[in-house]
Amino acid sequence: MATVDLKDVKKVYAGRVEAVKGVSIAIPDKQLCVLVGPSGCGKSTLLRMIAGLETISAGTISIDGKVVNEIGPTERDIAMVFQNYALYPHMKVYDNMAYGLRNRGTPRDEIDKRVRATAKTLELDHLLDRRPRELSGGQRQRVAMGRAIVRYPKVFLFDEPLSNLDAKLRGQMRVEIRNLQRSLGVTSVYVTHDQLEAMTLADILVVMNAGLVEQVGAPLDIYEKPASTFVASFIGAPPMNLLALADGAARSTATPPAGAVTLGFRPEDADAAHDSETPLGALVLPVVVEAVEPVGAESFLHCSAGSDRIIVRVAGRAMAKPGDRLQVVAPAEKLHWFDQAGKRV
Amino acid sequence: MIGQSPFRTFIAHAVLVLGILIVAFPIYYTFVASTHTLQTILRPPLPLVPGGEFWANYKEALFGGVGRIGGVGVGTLLFNTTVMALGIAVGKICISILSAYAIVFFRFPLRMTFFWLIFITLMLPVEVRILPTYKVMVDFGLIDTYAGLILPLIASATATLLFRQFFMTIPGELVEAARVDGAGPWRFFFDILLPLSRTNIAALFVILFIYGWTQYLWPLLITNSNDMNTIVIALRKMVSFADADTQWHLVMVTAMLAIVPPILVVVLMQRWFVRGLVDSEK
Amino acid sequence: MTPRVVFPNKILPYALVAPQLAITLVFFYWPAGQALYQSMLKEDPFGLKSKFVWFDNFRRVLSEPAYLNSIKVTVVFSVATAAVAMSVALLLAVMAERVMRGKGFYRTLMIWPYAVAPAIAGMLFLFMFNPSIGSLAIVLHKIGIAWDPLLNGTDAMVLVIVAAAWKQISYNFLFFVAGLQAIPKTLIEAAAIDGAGETKRFWTIVFPLLAPTTFFLLVINTVYALFDTFGIIHAVTGGGPGRSTETLVYKVYNDGFVNLMLGYSAAQSVILMIIVISLTAIQFRYVEKKVHYG
Repeated sequence: MATVDLKDVKKVYAGRVEAVKGVSIAIPDKQLCVLVGPSGCGKSTLLRMIAGLETISAGTISIDGKVVNEIGPTERDIAMVFQNYALYPHMKVYDNMAYGLRNRGTPRDEIDKRVRATAKTLELDHLLDRRPRELSGGQRQRVAMGRAIVRYPKVFLFDEPLSNLDAKLRGQMRVEIRNLQRSLGVTSVYVTHDQLEAMTLADILVVMNAGLVEQVGAPLDIYEKPASTFVASFIGAPPMNLLALADGAARSTATPPAGAVTLGFRPEDADAAHDSETPLGALVLPVVVEAVEPVGAESFLHCSAGSDRIIVRVAGRAMAKPGDRLQVVAPAEKLHWFDQAGKRV
Repeated sequence: MIGQSPFRTFIAHAVLVLGILIVAFPIYYTFVASTHTLQTILRPPLPLVPGGEFWANYKEALFGGVGRIGGVGVGTLLFNTTVMALGIAVGKICISILSAYAIVFFRFPLRMTFFWLIFITLMLPVEVRILPTYKVMVDFGLIDTYAGLILPLIASATATLLFRQFFMTIPGELVEAARVDGAGPWRFFFDILLPLSRTNIAALFVILFIYGWTQYLWPLLITNSNDMNTIVIALRKMVSFADADTQWHLVMVTAMLAIVPPILVVVLMQRWFVRGLVDSEK
Repeated sequence: MTPRVVFPNKILPYALVAPQLAITLVFFYWPAGQALYQSMLKEDPFGLKSKFVWFDNFRRVLSEPAYLNSIKVTVVFSVATAAVAMSVALLLAVMAERVMRGKGFYRTLMIWPYAVAPAIAGMLFLFMFNPSIGSLAIVLHKIGIAWDPLLNGTDAMVLVIVAAAWKQISYNFLFFVAGLQAIPKTLIEAAAIDGAGETKRFWTIVFPLLAPTTFFLLVINTVYALFDTFGIIHAVTGGGPGRSTETLVYKVYNDGFVNLMLGYSAAQSVILMIIVISLTAIQFRYVEKKVHYG
């Protein structure tokens, strides 16, 4: 059983800079938790605190029920995959993977068994005698993962492991990591700034901003019910359209709930309509098409409604052209309302 | 990182302090000796704190009537050494930067030959060619001259290599832009290249100044007249352990005067110096 | 990777290279050539005429017991100086990287010896350890060690080794610090996560990755011990007592300038040249093959 519990964790640098302002997360055993957020939101700092690479200014971190604040990374029984892989350049792939086991005094044949088995799973068995500089980016990434897996640790930590790979490889590795984690059943914490990675990998998604947690939950829950304008515009691509109600540009046949100041709807939840049939409570917005982005399976219409810019997604090829006037319709149940503080109403 | 044993940190500091003591002690000892009377020095152990003779000793060494080696005052010695060190530093920087400039930014027949000719000099320090170089100096009449002190020591290629390395990292677009702007090679050199090379020049200056100041074998050979001695050589001549006449307290003052200027140069220009030293490894 | 862009002038480059080339030819190649030529000459006892004797000088040099002695002295001296200077510097560099605060302070204080002339360093150490007036010599006597570098060859050797190593410590320290800082922090973190404690991390990760720096310093320290230490030897022991500190370069000076055996000394110079060229060649070959990690 390896749960990871963060209780009100804070990190303060040099007496002044608060990188993490009080974060509490409970990660159950065997789950993959993704920390996502823009640069500087504190997700990497949090990960490093879980690893023991940074000291904890306040709060507690517990692994498997035991508080580990004072325990160094050497004794925490965790494994980490770094963004730049951090492979030992002077050792062969085999030794890179065996290093951790050797340090713990594992007997030689056990080491050999585990290293070879892991290498086989990751398709590295023909590379065991090479040095890291002779490997491609994707291969190095696999070795970094192999090094982590071979130790059977309590927790896996990933620090943006896919950032240095090209887009196609990233897509492949995403699936591999997901499958690997599922089959090994090891509790994992994964940091990324890419919301697509976050959505596809997470069992539990944690959206962070400026040192605080904005929302915790299953990815699709967060997608369907973002708790704040920040989460709403961070998760989902293209981002949710947010309109200020006071502007008068948004017109809806339903009354906004009390306290609502901002209205949001996703590009994929709206449709461009040429006729004026509107369902009850829906948002109807007259817009002018500024640009059309055909992506193949879908098209994105960039439109303006007064001083607001909105994006609408249509399937397949778009009929509209720049300059066209349209009515954009978004059904009532797909509307998101946010209050003055940006929180969901 | 969590788990850094505070005990080990303490040990690290302790070792470093011990290291500093070892490193600084000889110099401190010399300073202390320079502030005591001759009698105190001749009856060891020397006290660990400075004595009261600082002004007396230094005044006597700098302005005292009877110079210790053939009537040459410390002022002259310092002057000679400064001229030599500055001459070597400035001279070497000048000819090297020009050569490196030529080799990197121009194409001409024999370019690589010249480069290798200069490069080979790296392999042989002056100590290996002392006799014949001495003969050359005699033939040119350069014994007991500043030129004689300086010239043979600027013949090696370390600075040229450093500059060449640095110049090769300058993007070609910069040269193109300069040419488009109508700048000829001289304008480019003075307006663009030199400012960019400031750090390298500063670092090299420190290294070469120290190199020149601490020269021993060559000044020993090339200067016969006491008037032309550097302070390092003079110091050696002042010291005779068998001879009871040695004015130890004044020797110590001279030693301090021989050490302090280069230390000042190094400490004040520390940042450039360290970068230059480490970069020149490649 | 030369900039492909050059200036079109055809005459100017020659003018620019001329000063250095001139100096190099006059003060380097000509004397080097002379040394080679001279090494194959032998003067008659009155120094009036010389005879071309091919490699006779070399044969005599290599069979002279004093020369073989100076080879031994030089080897012992170089190895000991390099070993002491490098290990102390490495220890200090590692400690300096380890402390959180005060790195700049320590580094500044470590730099001093670099600015001190080797000869002066030698004289200062002799002053401290002189049997009659040196405070530290008194300490040694009190402990019961019969310390006398003026009479005992081993004591003299120890003294010059200590003085020479002391001076080199700052140079090595700076390079080791730079080498340590070049090791990516994430490697150390990965090793810690992999269960390696501080000491193990040093020996299995840091030290191997310092190898290029270590090798470079080894060559530099050896060349230093071979040549720059002339000042120390001359100022402190004069090669004695009884040739116990007579290094190769000192012998060249002694035989050539003091005893005026010109051809003989020139032959020794040439042998020294060959040694240095080989060392430099080894270093450049290794640097070419230098492993680029990561």
